[in-house]
Amino acid sequence: MENVEKVKQLLVVSASPHIRAKKNTSVAMRVVIGALVPALAYATYLFGTRVLIITGLSILSAVGFEALMQKMLGRKITITDGSAVLTGLLLAFNLPPGVPWWIPVAGSGFAVVFAKQLFGGLGYNFINPALAGRAFLMASWPSLMTKAWLEPVGGTLSGIDGITAATPLSLLKNPENYGDPQIIISQLNDIDAIRNAFFGKIGGCIGETSVLLLLLGGLFLLFLKIVDYRIIAGYLGSFALLAWLLPTKGSVLFHLFSGGLILGAFFMATDWVTSPVTTKGRWVFGIGCGVITMIIRVWGGYPEGVSYSILLMNVFTPLIDRVTRERVFGQMPKKGVKK
Amino acid sequence: MFSRFAGGVHPPERKDTSDSSVEVMAAPKKVYVPFSQHTGKPAKPLIKKGDEVRIGMKIGEPDGLISAAVHASISGKVVDIVDHPHPVTGMSLCCVIEGDDTEDWVSDLQSDLNIEGLSKGQLLDAITQAGIVGLGGAAFPSHVKLSPPKGKDIDTLIINGCECEPILTADHRLMMEQSEAVIEGAQIFQKILGAASLVFGIEDNKSDAIRIFRDRGVRVLALKTKYPQGAEKQLIKAILKREVPRGGLPMDVGCVVHNVGTCQAAFMAVKFRKPLIDRIVTVAGDGVRENKNVLVRIGTPVRDVIDFCGGYTGKPKMIISGGPMMGIAQYADDVPVIKGTSGILVWNEITTVEPGPCVRCASCVDACPMGLMPTEIYGLVSNKKFDMAKEYGVLDCIECGCCAYVCPSAIPLVHYFKYGKNEVWRMSKK
Repeated sequence: MENVEKVKQLLVVSASPHIRAKKNTSVAMRVVIGALVPALAYATYLFGTRVLIITGLSILSAVGFEALMQKMLGRKITITDGSAVLTGLLLAFNLPPGVPWWIPVAGSGFAVVFAKQLFGGLGYNFINPALAGRAFLMASWPSLMTKAWLEPVGGTLSGIDGITAATPLSLLKNPENYGDPQIIISQLNDIDAIRNAFFGKIGGCIGETSVLLLLLGGLFLLFLKIVDYRIIAGYLGSFALLAWLLPTKGSVLFHLFSGGLILGAFFMATDWVTSPVTTKGRWVFGIGCGVITMIIRVWGGYPEGVSYSILLMNVFTPLIDRVTRERVFGQMPKKGVKK
Repeated sequence: MFSRFAGGVHPPERKDTSDSSVEVMAAPKKVYVPFSQHTGKPAKPLIKKGDEVRIGMKIGEPDGLISAAVHASISGKVVDIVDHPHPVTGMSLCCVIEGDDTEDWVSDLQSDLNIEGLSKGQLLDAITQAGIVGLGGAAFPSHVKLSPPKGKDIDTLIINGCECEPILTADHRLMMEQSEAVIEGAQIFQKILGAASLVFGIEDNKSDAIRIFRDRGVRVLALKTKYPQGAEKQLIKAILKREVPRGGLPMDVGCVVHNVGTCQAAFMAVKFRKPLIDRIVTVAGDGVRENKNVLVRIGTPVRDVIDFCGGYTGKPKMIISGGPMMGIAQYADDVPVIKGTSGILVWNEITTVEPGPCVRCASCVDACPMGLMPTEIYGLVSNKKFDMAKEYGVLDCIECGCCAYVCPSAIPLVHYFKYGKNEVWRMSKK
């Protein structure tokens, strides 16, 4: 018996399984951050070191607010898990490069304090914190958020020659404010303008300019299975289909490459916490995002609809999960049929 | 290649002992033979303290419909009938036999019977008498599986040679070394069931075993290696594309699944009247000096098996009875090897991670081979909403561990589901 007592003290007894895959939350966060770095570096080249200051402030304040809130709420401080860093980074990616320094601080504050920590912290927030922060800023300081554009190095804000007052999407929305609508529309849909959008020789929010770099990062995440292909395919697929069907002045390629679509589809709609967990639900979620984005672009008051579409679908996520439950193995199609 | 069940994972296989032939471990000084080594009611003791027993003597008889006989695995004297640590149930009534260093068998062991002319009933009786249970791990009494009720026609007998648990190679070695006995055992099962076809399901990481069985002329399906291929329902789905209905049994879709080890044991029971008194166990891990496959008498304390393998290499942190995915971590090394013990893992190095919050990444939903939503059930169970957990299918969980294996937040999901199942069962009993 003595021997038994000795070994008892030594052995660890835990529920099976006794081995685990290597993937863990903070590693995944770090990989996502890594996948965004090329786009950040390119934005710094386009708009200058100001980008780094805005992004740095955004990240620092997100982490700071996270630590502060966790301290106040008596929670374990988990700022090293990378989730606050990612929130700060994504918020910065959604800001015009010319915003004053306090904008990212206010946005990160709202994102972390209200959207995330007050709902229970990581895993419990029901909307994407970065997008909630952006929506808060849009509602509070609309003119700063829609006018503080900077002209990119080696290109123009609009992606076409001669117009430096509007981004491609606002140009598409109200071409008559900037000249002959017909000429502007045809210039926007011209292959040169689309190429500029793809490679990122246009203005826009810090992180949304280079479709190419975002795609590379996004495909990397897809390859590592950190993001779900169903959400991305559902989003881009339904979006492209509507861009083709709906009465819009932009071509399908123009719509795909402009605004924050690629950033949103690969990096924000795919947020683990705020998207459905069921396989069917992820399709529904992605398609919903695509439909709402396009509706806003065509009929909405804003030129761009990516962030609001994702926020709206975030709200629907619990409902989607409930109505798209997985089919349990051995579950018969209809109850009572085989009896 | 066949891979037709949804979900599942593919952990590193680490089957390092797949080339090491089975070594026979001599009878230990003392064995602790539990009366409960199977699913169902414990066997009824037939001996009392002080009785002399010989190898193969029946010491416990089946009690009720779902139960199995147990036999003395060494020759000697019953020194006690007491509660003793048990690898699955924690504590269980055991027959403690002290060996007399002889290898005397009970008289009714036969040298080589002619089994051609035996009827179904005689075959089934031999299997029942020998206390054969499923050796894949669940230890369901085999004679029960072999007697489907009237109206349930069995057309296909599937023999499970998947051994999808990482590290374990006991079944693999058995298939390599005793393929004939396995096949004959399978044919005995086929005869009893009257099944028209017989299929062996073996994962493609055991190509040598697949070849041997094909050379012997039986039908083998090479299955793409994926855990939990060896789970009954998943295997049936992979091989026959049939889905066992929720809450149903394989016989509901016209098939029965038996493990290769069970086939071999049944063959020995029928041919030599040899009861189930030993089994092959994979001993592995950094905590034990020699990793190998050992033929161990039922009731041998794990400690003795480890000593046979050169002893501990250091201070063990974890001892597991079974495989790394579904095995049970033990409190002590004095638990005996029982009929369902497929492996003994001894680890000095383990990593324990603090569970984090669920981040709803849905990895568990993708991995679940039963189509469940582990994250939802986890939330329901941890909030004690057991009726909802039942509705979400907690009772369908086969505890394969895929969800917890992939969880990036290291949540011990299977632990919650076991707890949830118990609570649901308790509620329904009220």
